[in-house]
Amino acid sequence: MSAKVIVKDLNFSYNHQRVLSSINLTVEANSILGIMGPAKSGKTTLLRVFNRLCDLIPNIHIEGEVFLDEENILRPDIDVDKLRKRVGMVFDKPVPLPRSIFENLAFGPKLHGIKDKNRLEELVEKSLRLAILWDEVKDRLHESALKLSGGQQQRLCIARTLAMESEVILLDEPTYGLDPVSTLKIEEALQSLKRNYTIVLVSNNTWQVARTSDNVAFLLMGELVEYGSTHGVFTVPKDKRTDDYISGRFG
Amino acid sequence: MATRINPLISQRVVKVQLWGLTGFTIAILFFIVCFVSIKGLPQITLDFLTTNPGDMGRSGGIFSTIMSTLYLIFIALMIAVPLGIGAAIYLTEYTRESRITYIIRFGTECLAGIPSIILGLFGFAFFVMALHLGWSILSGGMTMSIMLLPTIIRTSEESIKAVPYALREVCFSLGVTKWQTVTRVVLPTALPGIVTGVVLSIGRCIGETAVVLFTAGSSLRLPQSFFDSGRTMAVHFYILAREGISMPNAYGTATILIFSILFINLCAYYLMRQFLKKYAIFG
Repeated sequence: MSAKVIVKDLNFSYNHQRVLSSINLTVEANSILGIMGPAKSGKTTLLRVFNRLCDLIPNIHIEGEVFLDEENILRPDIDVDKLRKRVGMVFDKPVPLPRSIFENLAFGPKLHGIKDKNRLEELVEKSLRLAILWDEVKDRLHESALKLSGGQQQRLCIARTLAMESEVILLDEPTYGLDPVSTLKIEEALQSLKRNYTIVLVSNNTWQVARTSDNVAFLLMGELVEYGSTHGVFTVPKDKRTDDYISGRFG
Repeated sequence: MATRINPLISQRVVKVQLWGLTGFTIAILFFIVCFVSIKGLPQITLDFLTTNPGDMGRSGGIFSTIMSTLYLIFIALMIAVPLGIGAAIYLTEYTRESRITYIIRFGTECLAGIPSIILGLFGFAFFVMALHLGWSILSGGMTMSIMLLPTIIRTSEESIKAVPYALREVCFSLGVTKWQTVTRVVLPTALPGIVTGVVLSIGRCIGETAVVLFTAGSSLRLPQSFFDSGRTMAVHFYILAREGISMPNAYGTATILIFSILFINLCAYYLMRQFLKKYAIFG
């Protein structure tokens, strides 16, 4: 397996407070990396470094390097809009744009220059099928996306990211607040997606990480405590803190 | 035992009181509209609307004043809407809260507090005299736009701010530029609020007298260009009533004034409801 994203000595501070310190890790291509850790451990921040969405926060300071296919994405002169097209993101709360289902998916591709209607329709259908949403919405593509249920909205958001034909997909607690059936559908979708995409999944739910990911990173207070294959980490954790966390004896 | 009013009774008392206050407010509006209509409606015929005033307004209709009002609204909005929305976009999207934004906001607040007669005087001194534009629709419209700016900036800013931040994050995460985010997502979502602000400023344009009297003059002829002087409906009403030229025609003009403002407000509410129905409110 080849490495898609390599993080080297990443330090991140916000208002002179360390949020991430000396993070080193690799995201393998076509795999799912699960990032787990308690609240405020820096999971979301790390995720937002991968698509430079952290730029929106004032008073931050980043050191170190993050390579996406050998290109350092922390360089100040990098085209962040192009980067964000390659590295898509799904947020913890589903946020459909106030448009139709079709327009939600076509929004990104259209603004990135795809004008051909057939091509757009193809893209929308393909993305909805990948996100296991097509059968539920194929007859009402032109209705408002806000009418969908929470689980459907989240799959719509995943499909919207897929329609960008990104290479990496970042998911920030994508099943937060969803019922078990919707959660299952999303996890299923992720499994089939990793054939073509590299996925980074942040989750508070330890068992979701164990179920879905190939590799696991455990973050604690901005420090990468453990990183390795899911099987390894969940059977023989190297660090006692990881053991405590996954067995629920934490704190 | 302390004497407590039975909650059920206090509930009922408060309900009656609040209902009474609301009813009173509505009653005042109703009274004014009726008072003006009863005196004004008999004057209103198709002729009244389509002929120019004759003999200083003693006879004829109010066609030229309607047109002057429309021209003035047009000029004022053409200037104030782009400036106001632009300023609101800058303040909300393109800058972080700082001393400068504080000063800009404070400035617009002060602008909103300037009495319209002072603005009229300024318009007279600056546009009419200094810039040699004379009493004209253009001078009037430009002065009026200064008066409208604070309202438009404020309402646009509030409705842009009300657009959930998450929508912007989503756009950025899709690799969409800031300007595309503003034009494709933020502004359409904020549109009902912005439109409401603009429509309310149309209402202020129609009703404003002091500014127009000083800057657009009171010529009764139909303006042939934006450099001509013109008399708006409000000014026409003021002059007819003030100088006792023709009370029936004054009330006729007032009726048209009131009903056009009511009509505009109804339009604003209708537009807003249509929009909100289409895009349910965000959670």
